[in-house]
Amino acid sequence: MLAYTIRRILLMVPTLLGVAILVFLMLRLMPGDIVETMLREGGGNVPAHVIEQERVRLGLDKPIHIQFISWFGGILQGDFGASMWTGKPVLHEIGSRLELSLQIALMATFLAVLIALPLGTLAAIFKNTIVDHVIRVISIAGLAIPSFWLGMVIILLLLTFYGWIPPLTFTSFFEDPWRNLSQLIWPAMAVGYRYSAVATRMARSSILEVMQEDYIRTARAKGVYERLVVARHGMRNALLPVITVIGLEFAFLIGGLVVTEQVFNLNGIGRLFVQATTRGDYTMIQGLVLLVAVTFIMVNFLIDMLYAALDPRIRYK
Amino acid sequence: MTDTTTDTVPAVTYKVRKARHPILGFVLQQPLGAMGLLVIIIMMLCGLFAEVVAPYDPLQIDYMAILQAPSADHWMGTDDFGRDILSRVIYGARTALAVGFIASLAGCSIGAIIGMVSAYFGGWVDTIIQRLMDVLLSFPIIVLALAIVAILGKNVVGGIDINLIIAIGLPIIPKVARVIRSSALAIRELPYIDAARAAGFSHKRIVMRHILPNVTAPFLIMLTAYVAQAILLEASLSFLGLGVTEPTPAWGLMLSGSAAQYYQEAPWMIIFPGIAISLAVFAFNLFGDALRDWLDPKVRM
Repeated sequence: MLAYTIRRILLMVPTLLGVAILVFLMLRLMPGDIVETMLREGGGNVPAHVIEQERVRLGLDKPIHIQFISWFGGILQGDFGASMWTGKPVLHEIGSRLELSLQIALMATFLAVLIALPLGTLAAIFKNTIVDHVIRVISIAGLAIPSFWLGMVIILLLLTFYGWIPPLTFTSFFEDPWRNLSQLIWPAMAVGYRYSAVATRMARSSILEVMQEDYIRTARAKGVYERLVVARHGMRNALLPVITVIGLEFAFLIGGLVVTEQVFNLNGIGRLFVQATTRGDYTMIQGLVLLVAVTFIMVNFLIDMLYAALDPRIRYK
Repeated sequence: MTDTTTDTVPAVTYKVRKARHPILGFVLQQPLGAMGLLVIIIMMLCGLFAEVVAPYDPLQIDYMAILQAPSADHWMGTDDFGRDILSRVIYGARTALAVGFIASLAGCSIGAIIGMVSAYFGGWVDTIIQRLMDVLLSFPIIVLALAIVAILGKNVVGGIDINLIIAIGLPIIPKVARVIRSSALAIRELPYIDAARAAGFSHKRIVMRHILPNVTAPFLIMLTAYVAQAILLEASLSFLGLGVTEPTPAWGLMLSGSAAQYYQEAPWMIIFPGIAISLAVFAFNLFGDALRDWLDPKVRM
């Protein structure tokens, strides 16, 4: 296990480095000069020597590899630079919004697993019957309906039937759990539907594949109840790919949140990203993109570790 | 000797089934996929002949008919400028399908070429390309698209925003490259590739003439599937105000701005464009799924 872990960590290094280089190059490849864009934000003419001074101050006059090393060194020490819009450190801005987005992501994951496992199993057991077809339509619809639109429809339904809309200001779960949940359950549902659809499809195909294995036939042949065959022999072995999908989708949830937070007027990571994009806050975009990519790589790593822990065959490959 | 055997063989006549028309075969085997195809064709016709199909000019502002509920005059109601929503939805099909097809075609083509080159040359070329694709895959689609939009800005050529196409098409490349690479790897080992090499054909010719035709099935499957993703992504970006801009009718755009402001009083403003997006993506997903089952059940997306 240790050897596998080390090998897996070493494999991660080039990807992380590649991500860092790409994110670094993002600003350098941008048409126009970043310093001019920053200084001309307020409008008016900026004298050439001021621009030159700022360039020297930011170290932009140095060769590009030196720039990269100093930038990367800063990142490693947790210095992502300051937001070009608010002037506060990027990490601080992200940190203050993380709780909200993370909570929605966790709730959506919980909902998705709760829906996907039973539906996927049912679809697999009743393959090619009406049950399977209905579940298939439900899950393909989940892939098709945009989460932001679903969010709007949820608000509309709440308004029509209960004359109530979710509170607009965020309350931490630890302050007032009821108020917090009554606000965040709706965006979690809007995002979670798509998520559960992906997981349902994976669960179905994975169980179907496992049910063709020899040991399933053996279990049936020795007279195990069909229910137990599915639950003990089938589900257990079919779970790995489902865990992968759930993990990967979790890392991708930020994508769903970018638009959904906009609908529910929530001030989370997604919203921050959209604001940074419209305002041209490049250091913020850089920080967010880097953070999301690193999260994704880490989740991937954890999934691989989990795989290896659950299935010893993988370690020895 | 041979004569006698042929004589003794009983004269069994096999009823040779007439080869079905391929399209008819698809419809019979994949009814759900055929339904998806039907929706796609209807949407394409709407997009192509929007001028004929739409009852009103989608840009026509009518202050006498602001925020009207669906009626005989305006089947889907009007928005806050008095513009006919049905006409805007119909013209929106043009935007969605154009952006969806172009972005998907561009992304899939580049991805396919990268995948084939990667598989064909192998070795360090393969390693470098795969690492690069891994890096691209570590960004969520919308994050990558937003970053590209933020950095490149807008660049409208002939009514289509090239940078938007890049933003939507780029995330497709690594995924397609990966699938095509694995298909091409198997083909590379086949004897006719060796034969082509022995015959002294150029690398370009071998890739384009001997490998490409054999990866058509996964290519077509992914092309359809990623049109769906591209439509959804375009709608999301437009919804955020970072994709297609006013006054061009686009479904995602119809859900943002004033629609987000008024939809609690005028729900028809968001109901119909949302259904249009969902239906389009739904149709492409159904068709893509069916196409995969029909062409090549082994391909995993």
